[in-house]
Amino acid sequence: MINSPYIRKPASVQGVMLAVLIALVPAIVVYASQIAAVVLVNLAIATCAALAGEALVLKLRGRPLAPALSDLSAVVTAWLLALCFPPILPWWATALGVLIAIVAVKHLYGGLGQNPFNPAMVAYCAMIVAFPALMSQWPAAGQLDFATQLGLVLGGARELDAIASATALDTIKTGLRTAGATVESIMGQNGNFGFVSGRGWEWLAPAYALGGMYLLARGIITWHMPAAFLGALAAISAAFWLVDPAHYASPLFHLASGGAMLGAFFIVTDPVSGATTPRGKLIFAASIALVAYIIRSFGAFPEGVAFAVLLLNICVPLIDMNTQPQVFGHRGDKAR
Amino acid sequence: MITRLFGFKGGVKPESHKNESSGTPIQKAPMPKRLVIPLRQSIRSTARCLVQPGQKVLKGEHIGEGEGGLGTSVHASTSGTVVEIAPYPMAHASGLETLSVVIEPDGEDRWIDHTPLDLPTVSREEALAWLRGCGIVGMGGAGFPTHVKVGGGRGIETLVINGAECEPWITCDDRLMRERAPEVLSGAMILRELIGAKQVLVGVEDNKPEAIAAMQAAASTLGDGIAVVPVPTLYPAGGEKQLIRVLTGVEIPQGKLGTDFGVQCFNVGTAHAVHRAICFGEPLVSRVVTLTGNVARPGNYEVLLGTQVAELLELAGPKADTDRYIMGGPMMGTELQSLSVPVTKGTNCVISASPALFPPPPPELPCIRCGACARACPAELQPFELYWFSRAKNFGKAQEYHLFDCIECGCCAFVCPSRIPLVDYYRFAKGEIWARERERQASDQARERFEFRNFRQEREKEEKAAKLAAKAAETRAKIADTGEPAPAPTEAEDPKKALIAAALARAKQQQAAVTPRNTEDLSADVQAEIADIDARRDKLNQQDADKAP
Repeated sequence: MINSPYIRKPASVQGVMLAVLIALVPAIVVYASQIAAVVLVNLAIATCAALAGEALVLKLRGRPLAPALSDLSAVVTAWLLALCFPPILPWWATALGVLIAIVAVKHLYGGLGQNPFNPAMVAYCAMIVAFPALMSQWPAAGQLDFATQLGLVLGGARELDAIASATALDTIKTGLRTAGATVESIMGQNGNFGFVSGRGWEWLAPAYALGGMYLLARGIITWHMPAAFLGALAAISAAFWLVDPAHYASPLFHLASGGAMLGAFFIVTDPVSGATTPRGKLIFAASIALVAYIIRSFGAFPEGVAFAVLLLNICVPLIDMNTQPQVFGHRGDKAR
Repeated sequence: MITRLFGFKGGVKPESHKNESSGTPIQKAPMPKRLVIPLRQSIRSTARCLVQPGQKVLKGEHIGEGEGGLGTSVHASTSGTVVEIAPYPMAHASGLETLSVVIEPDGEDRWIDHTPLDLPTVSREEALAWLRGCGIVGMGGAGFPTHVKVGGGRGIETLVINGAECEPWITCDDRLMRERAPEVLSGAMILRELIGAKQVLVGVEDNKPEAIAAMQAAASTLGDGIAVVPVPTLYPAGGEKQLIRVLTGVEIPQGKLGTDFGVQCFNVGTAHAVHRAICFGEPLVSRVVTLTGNVARPGNYEVLLGTQVAELLELAGPKADTDRYIMGGPMMGTELQSLSVPVTKGTNCVISASPALFPPPPPELPCIRCGACARACPAELQPFELYWFSRAKNFGKAQEYHLFDCIECGCCAFVCPSRIPLVDYYRFAKGEIWARERERQASDQARERFEFRNFRQEREKEEKAAKLAAKAAETRAKIADTGEPAPAPTEAEDPKKALIAAALARAKQQQAAVTPRNTEDLSADVQAEIADIDARRDKLNQQDADKAP
């Protein structure tokens, strides 16, 4: 028998995931038109790998295929990974990363809704640790023609030197190791910089932000996490930059580089592995920004969002437990 | 009077579906063929039956005497003959049966003599007893006796009259306010008098402009202390705690009464019933019920209490594809297990449901912790946490996260993108916790009984020993007194024997008092067995002792 309520809002997990995919479209358009069109191929590869991996595990687990495959959650993971990975990553590496996310991180923990870690971020970290060389080849925007890009993705010869480039974050990081180098001198000497960050790449940031606004407007995400993440990142980078602008990049650079915008609206906002209470969300997202900045500025990797997310995923139960909102009628009670 | 409105967090906006039934005036339902009047009309209390099968009754005649603090009187809804007193199913999710008086109407609908109560001439206690005698209970659904609520205390600042009617589809309060606004407000003024409130705030959701206009017109003649306040349409604004919050800003925690916070809240239907009871002396024998949903003639009907739903539904004409009936609204109502259930004081609506109007929910998916439920929860709970805890049967944790603050309004399940029947999980958890509590109480009682039995047996043994010792001492004293040898050889042995017995008993008594018994650490079962054996042994000793002389 069905009990009350007998009516339901026409909401579905599929609808939520579809909204996230729609929100990624502006960034995909910018990516494909300004940076590397091959990202579309990568998205297709990642989607196929995700659905195949999901189907395989579901079969092994003896679960019905249709509901899980059609909820689009695997596709979201796949798209996020395809956008995180370098566009010229060989197809098998993209597929491997996606399979790590879907099989190991999502399904080994019990499937949708059960994973304590953000699947895309675990896969990203695993790949960067396992294939550091492949994972750090970022072509400059428009550097390679589509045929070359496709050749690299589908397994053509990799002349590393010819395509070896670095992200803006990486360039600054390595550049600063040279004696006498300043942020300004590095950005001035390297032709791959645009207005605030990597040329071409920097346009991804507003595109992600646009998608984020759409998610906010649709009520899929709340303002807490993006605001806390971007606010904290801007605050800490501004603090260092104001003290020593020669050796610390500007807040604008930090917000427009790497995974900051993607992270703010699409990664830290993952509901399954993130904090859930309003205060918890603020703490969670701000902490990720702080850890990410520390890794970016003082750690071994040029980008730290992924590691920071995982680190804070571990803290989620603790954060949630200690930030439970006060209940109607109990406002005077001692906070738990 | 200008009222500042407060908000409550959460809430949802389901499609209201009020227009289906709100357009036509309240009609009097025709006399049913028979009435099944449950003796359980107020919460947690069943009235004592006062009539016999075969007895003739008049409309408004007392047929059930309320028992206990929450009891209220039950009356015959029309004149006729009592044909049966038997358990009949009630409108409840469990399909529980309750003792009911079945009346065959004579069609005359003849009232018993009734006179109004002249309120200024009677004491407050008398007025409360009058309400109790008229069977007035909350008509919003819970059936809480009005005299108990009114009697809760004086010094109330605000009387809130609940005309929010936030559940979709239901329009009985809407029609009542449109058509009988002066009567409703008259009842409100009586309630105000009884609780000594300074102001009366009538909250009506702003999707009922006609009702607001009618009520405001009626209120304008009543002076300053009363205001009809449109409140934003947001389910569950008609929840008692939510409406009090919206109108006064006061938050009443779970388990607390409004009285403690200077607020008291009554439904408009209750106020109307109070008016009829005081100004006409009429007990509560009928109410307005909305018939709507998948029916040919939706509308509101003035229905005699005890009218069976099946008979009532004929008035509205359910369409062919109706597959079930919901009593109450679609957010918190219950699906009827049987159409023989009667209309009671809390029945506000019967909805004919069809798969087209109320499609079965799509399959449930796992919770993705999206938090939509938390944003919708008017109690500001974290419903998904409660779901995880309930599902894992981690009831302690569920309680710690305020499971019992959940009002089961259904907002969380309404918005859940995974379509998890969340409220079912909370009902399950609450039921389990109550069951465990009862079990614990039962086992506590059993343990206490067992411990007392042991204590009693121990005490009886000691008393017996003491008696024996006293007897021996007496014998000794006798010997000492006489100081002469026994006259007969058989008697010569007796004092000696008595002395020995006395010494033995003394020693045993001392031992029992001083040394711990090595049986004390054993399990309850073994101890019981030992106690049994001891009892048998004592009995044998006693027999021996009896035989000895």
